[in-house]
Amino acid sequence: MTLATEPPKDSFRLSMLIYDTRYRAITIQVIVLALFLAGVAWLTNNTIQNLAAKGKDINFGFLLNRAGYDIDQQLIPYTNDSTHGRALVIGLLNTLIVAFFGCIFATLIGVFAGVLRLSKNWLVGRLMTVYVEVFRNVPLLLWIVLAFVIFSETMPEPKDFKVTQEMIDTGTSPAAQKIFFDSVAITARGTNIPMPMLTRPFGGFQLAGVNVSFSVLATLAVIAGSLWVNRRIRRHAKAVQEATGERPTTWWKTLAVLILPTAALLVAMGLHWDIPGFATTETGVSKGFNLVGGLNVAHSFTALLIALSVYHGTYIAEAVRSGIMAISRGQSEAAFALGLRPGRTMNLIILPQALRVIIPPLISQYLNLTKNTTLGMAISYLDLKGTLGGITLNQTGRELECMLLMMLIYLVLSLTISAGMNIFNNAMKLKER
Amino acid sequence: MKKSVFFGALAATTMFTGAAFAGTLDDVKARGELICGSNVALTGFGAPDAAGNYVGFDVDLCKALAAAVLGDATKVKYVPTTGETRFTALASGEVDVLIRNSTWTFSRDTDLKFDFVAVNYYDGQGFMVKKDLGVSSAKELDGATVCIQTGTTTELNLADFFKHNNISYTPVTVGDDAEAQRQYEAGACDTFTTDASGLASNRAAMADPTNHIILPEIISKEPLGPLVRHGDNNWGDVVRWTYYALVAAEEKGITKANLEELATKAAADPNSDPEVKRLLGIGDDDLGAMIGLDKEWAKRAIAASGNYGEIFEANIGTATPIGLARGLNAQWTQGGLQYAPPFR
Repeated sequence: MTLATEPPKDSFRLSMLIYDTRYRAITIQVIVLALFLAGVAWLTNNTIQNLAAKGKDINFGFLLNRAGYDIDQQLIPYTNDSTHGRALVIGLLNTLIVAFFGCIFATLIGVFAGVLRLSKNWLVGRLMTVYVEVFRNVPLLLWIVLAFVIFSETMPEPKDFKVTQEMIDTGTSPAAQKIFFDSVAITARGTNIPMPMLTRPFGGFQLAGVNVSFSVLATLAVIAGSLWVNRRIRRHAKAVQEATGERPTTWWKTLAVLILPTAALLVAMGLHWDIPGFATTETGVSKGFNLVGGLNVAHSFTALLIALSVYHGTYIAEAVRSGIMAISRGQSEAAFALGLRPGRTMNLIILPQALRVIIPPLISQYLNLTKNTTLGMAISYLDLKGTLGGITLNQTGRELECMLLMMLIYLVLSLTISAGMNIFNNAMKLKER
Repeated sequence: MKKSVFFGALAATTMFTGAAFAGTLDDVKARGELICGSNVALTGFGAPDAAGNYVGFDVDLCKALAAAVLGDATKVKYVPTTGETRFTALASGEVDVLIRNSTWTFSRDTDLKFDFVAVNYYDGQGFMVKKDLGVSSAKELDGATVCIQTGTTTELNLADFFKHNNISYTPVTVGDDAEAQRQYEAGACDTFTTDASGLASNRAAMADPTNHIILPEIISKEPLGPLVRHGDNNWGDVVRWTYYALVAAEEKGITKANLEELATKAAADPNSDPEVKRLLGIGDDDLGAMIGLDKEWAKRAIAASGNYGEIFEANIGTATPIGLARGLNAQWTQGGLQYAPPFR
């Protein structure tokens, strides 16, 4: 006979949802979720009702209508007969290209300034401190406008580059001259630079309205091949070094492998440079309004790129500085003890370890820089905000659709950058086994 | 994260669409102030003067409207809007009426849900160039760089014009007139295009007006007028008939100066022009009551800045630096298009 009774059965009562700590957390979460969903439903319903009362619907059909306006910077062909959807793509590409180059330049500037700020040279260190503090503490928008105004107000007008009959007669030259061996012209409107042209291109094909050039693909393939061969050479050199202790000379092989095949291909395709200049009459008098030929980079692009690079460069410099300072002094002392020079110590010992600390803030700077490209609207840079969120929105009057679409695109863009950088971060971070 | 962004967007839209539906006339009366969507700075049409007060051709219509509705021409708040922000400002209820050189087009009237109530300036798009450019016709502008205000009809006309004439151009998009003028003067573009009246206004504001010419081509029709939100017909009527009161006043020879004199004369003389009497609120007909105003609304509107002709001459007429001739904007009796329907 056993006297042991069963433990009292825990019958569930409703009050336990509040008073029992086992259930309370779940209760609160369920309530908050319900409130949140109700709020979303209310807002959605309210929006739809208000739009209906105004006689407006949510309709993305306008993206297929003719845009009717022109865009000066276009990476893929676009005319005013193209659709609003294509204008969106043009804007997005303009956003991407300025963000891409911005991230590269900001990183270069940032690493440079961050390392130099720690320099033992008093002057160099202070100069970098001044750079970081000045650029970081003035709003980005002001830097953008300043850079743009400096370009457009101080540079000569295109007409100053023109040769007139009078100048030929008197033997004088125009007020303004092209620089870099008469190949680059900086005017009040933009920078005209030479553009590479091919006399014997390989042709191409159309893919979703974009010209895909076989010449470019072939060049990229050759470069990729060269890089692969170069890696094989280095690996071989390393193997030899480990076996014999003697590293074979590779620099001339590397140079040859990297340059010769690409150069040969370009020569075969007939590479030459299209130099910007005015169209001229038979006697050499310039005509027209603008320099033609070459590549015209508008100042809105240049100014935005410069401002974004130097502004975000300061934040990256601080990230780099903190990354380096996070590495214990013992590391560099050990490196010096082994006889490594300061430059190699930085490149081989300090920076690789500091990267682990630097990368996370770097990701957020890349995201910020990409989002800050929208400030280009102040200087009429036609990025996604300028086309979809500016002119298209205005001409079609579809505010809600344009804004939602724009937010979605920026969201996808940011998440993509974030995902890419996280992969990089995982590759670099300390591997614990 | 996705959810929260969407949530924010919806919240924004809800606020954005919330305020637009009550009777605007009642709102204005209750507020005791008219909110007039105006230009940022277009000399002669709507721009702050040296003391910071808004003055101009469009601004005087705001004043007349405030005088008609509120009895005081000074009770106006001017909200500067750019070509890009103006329609959103009106649609969201931020302004009661937009009087800001806006072109009446089919899609704005229908798809954007606005009502253009009248045309206070018949205009057309032109080009301005520096004299030393050596251009005498817009058709010689092949390859030129053109400064163009974004979000305007002129932007679309420009593309059509160059396409139609089979010539090319490079656009430089700018936000407002002041920025366009700065860029044009700095040489960032060869030519600046907007409504011919706007060009004249910008030229007057430059340091060297004589060095700039407006090319002869007028490439579009630009009927500029006040607009209100679609669906508030009573408020639309108030704005429309206030404007026509100014036009009719000019036709009938009623000016700011002789207003009171004419009113007393008309009240004393039973055989005086009955339309003048109705306009000035003398006699038995009460037009004001039909649009929710009192009897003397039109009289106050005229008293604010004078009749249409006076407003024109004082702000943009030939005696001003802007120097625009009446042209299409003369009274219909003078061969122009300004024609007020009967006040009956």
